[in-house]
Amino acid sequence: MKEKPWKPWLLLSPSLTAVFLLLVIPVCFVVVYSFWLRAPSGQDIPAFQFGNYAKFFADFFYPVILLNTIRVALETVFICLIMGYIPAYFFYRTESRLKPFLMILVMLPFWISFIIRTLSWINILGDSGLINHLLLKSGLISSPIPMLYNEGAVIMGLIQYLLPFMILNIYVSLDGIDKSLAEAAKSLGCTEWQAFREVTLPLSMPGVSAGCLLVFVLTCGTYLPPMILGGPGNEMIANLIFKRVIGTLDWPFGSAISVILLLLLVIIVYTYNRYMGINQIFKSLSKG
Amino acid sequence: MTQAKDPAFVRFKGIEKRFGDLVAVQPMDLNIPEGSFVTLLGPSGCGKTTLLRMLAGLENPTRGDIFIKGKRINDTPIHKRNLGMIFQNYALFPHKTIFDNVAFGLKYRDVSKTEMKEKVEKALETVRLPGVGNRMPSQLSGGQQQRIALARAIVIEPDVLLMDEPLSALDENLREDMRREIDNLQMELGVTTIFVTHDQREALSMSDKVVVMKDGFIQQQGEPEEVYNNSVNHFVADFLGHSNFLAAQVKTTRKDGIYEVALADGSTCLASPVGDFEQGEKAEIVIRAQKMTLGYQKDFVQEEGMNYFYGKIKDRSYMGGEVSYFVEIADGQLLHVINFVKRSPYRRKDEVYIRVDPFHCRLLKQ
Repeated sequence: MKEKPWKPWLLLSPSLTAVFLLLVIPVCFVVVYSFWLRAPSGQDIPAFQFGNYAKFFADFFYPVILLNTIRVALETVFICLIMGYIPAYFFYRTESRLKPFLMILVMLPFWISFIIRTLSWINILGDSGLINHLLLKSGLISSPIPMLYNEGAVIMGLIQYLLPFMILNIYVSLDGIDKSLAEAAKSLGCTEWQAFREVTLPLSMPGVSAGCLLVFVLTCGTYLPPMILGGPGNEMIANLIFKRVIGTLDWPFGSAISVILLLLLVIIVYTYNRYMGINQIFKSLSKG
Repeated sequence: MTQAKDPAFVRFKGIEKRFGDLVAVQPMDLNIPEGSFVTLLGPSGCGKTTLLRMLAGLENPTRGDIFIKGKRINDTPIHKRNLGMIFQNYALFPHKTIFDNVAFGLKYRDVSKTEMKEKVEKALETVRLPGVGNRMPSQLSGGQQQRIALARAIVIEPDVLLMDEPLSALDENLREDMRREIDNLQMELGVTTIFVTHDQREALSMSDKVVVMKDGFIQQQGEPEEVYNNSVNHFVADFLGHSNFLAAQVKTTRKDGIYEVALADGSTCLASPVGDFEQGEKAEIVIRAQKMTLGYQKDFVQEEGMNYFYGKIKDRSYMGGEVSYFVEIADGQLLHVINFVKRSPYRRKDEVYIRVDPFHCRLLKQ
């Protein structure tokens, strides 16, 4: 049969069109905007100058928020990894008939609005929320423990949003591993733990690295949990962009921050790819 | 070997396995002699793999004990049982080189680096794949991968080699080669081997002993010839080779041990009984497709003490050296006959006689 090199492109064309219209073009707009001037009157004046970028790096205020964002993202990735690997491994190993049901429970949060889910933490962690209410009633404490409006609350909100992504990524990777590999390792002299460390864990790394990357990138771009659950000091970079663009309508500066975040993420993903190999992720998924 | 071989090197005693309500292995005893090649044969779900996995330590028996070399191993964890296990899908570690795969078991044993290298190289030579140590499993063909799996299992010098349908993922021609190779290797090493398969040809061609299983019960065990020629029941006769079954009723017993039985169409047939029968007892005759001879009427001089069936060829399939015929006999039953081609094969609608020695008409209990 004659090879038709255009055929895959034909199949990709709908999604490529969507990506181009809805992603590439808007990003171009943002990049262009980031060079514009904002007049004191509030008008945006087309220009080509780096004032907005200079403003970002003028003092520590903005870079610190960027670094904080990365730190919070790394913390979230780490906790999600630990909290995600265990249920994923459970799903891989279990023969329980409840497995499909439990899998649905993992995906259940996606059915409820992200905002509602985030807001509901206030009812649980707030000063008059469930936990404080119960503790006060039982007499264990005399005044409510402040649990909201700090970094812990933000990370908690991020975890409940991102954990399913981590679990599913790791599970897909684990599910592709033949269970007889661990059995073979054990028959050759490994304990259960050694077999996991030597065989199952390394083979599940594609899912782990995909999950980590996804959680990291999503954390860097999220603004709802810090906005709702965080205090004044817990602002993340996306909150800053949100404030500039929606709050003060300063599109040029908001765009510049967006471009900085975008470039940073591109560099991180590129480096990550060099060392962890995203191509490997797809390979392992297709091999399954 | 100067030492007498242990006839119960591996011993299952009253072993039983239940998965909830399902009984995978009915309570049974089974002895595996030292150095022998024993095949557990049966259709899927007969309990053969479960039996193997209990020995390997991958399943816990519900009841009963397992002994290796006289030592009860029920509570020995899998990694201390010193067994070599071969899986259907090779189960090579895809992220490790061939060398690391084969050396894997040695890492958990007291073996020095140089000794490890020697042993791995020797094992690779044994499976006739020297010099592939640096490659990754995915760079080898299926047959080669299974040979590496074999090398990985024998390099630790296991007490027992366990193989769970190791050939079923290979294609037909390769399977034949691997069958011979495993057989030769086992003889060379003299390692006690338990081989699980649903393929009767594998079982018959390789084993010292075949254990036929069905529904968790052992149906029959013995040497391949014994099990094939003297199948003790309908299932074994049907599962091994091509067999014909005829309903029969015992008429008279003769001194020479041959019985006269009545077939469904009222005709009389001579058969050799498996077990004792009473007069008038309903039974069935089993005849192997290869044990019958076809011929035209003129070809046969009717001999006393032989069975003859008259019939018409309904269907045939030519298989090169031999031809498989389906012959319709008096009561409309089809007999499957496999004969070598002598001059030219018989054609459809040919009227033929089938001659079969009473020795090959085996009378089985119903």
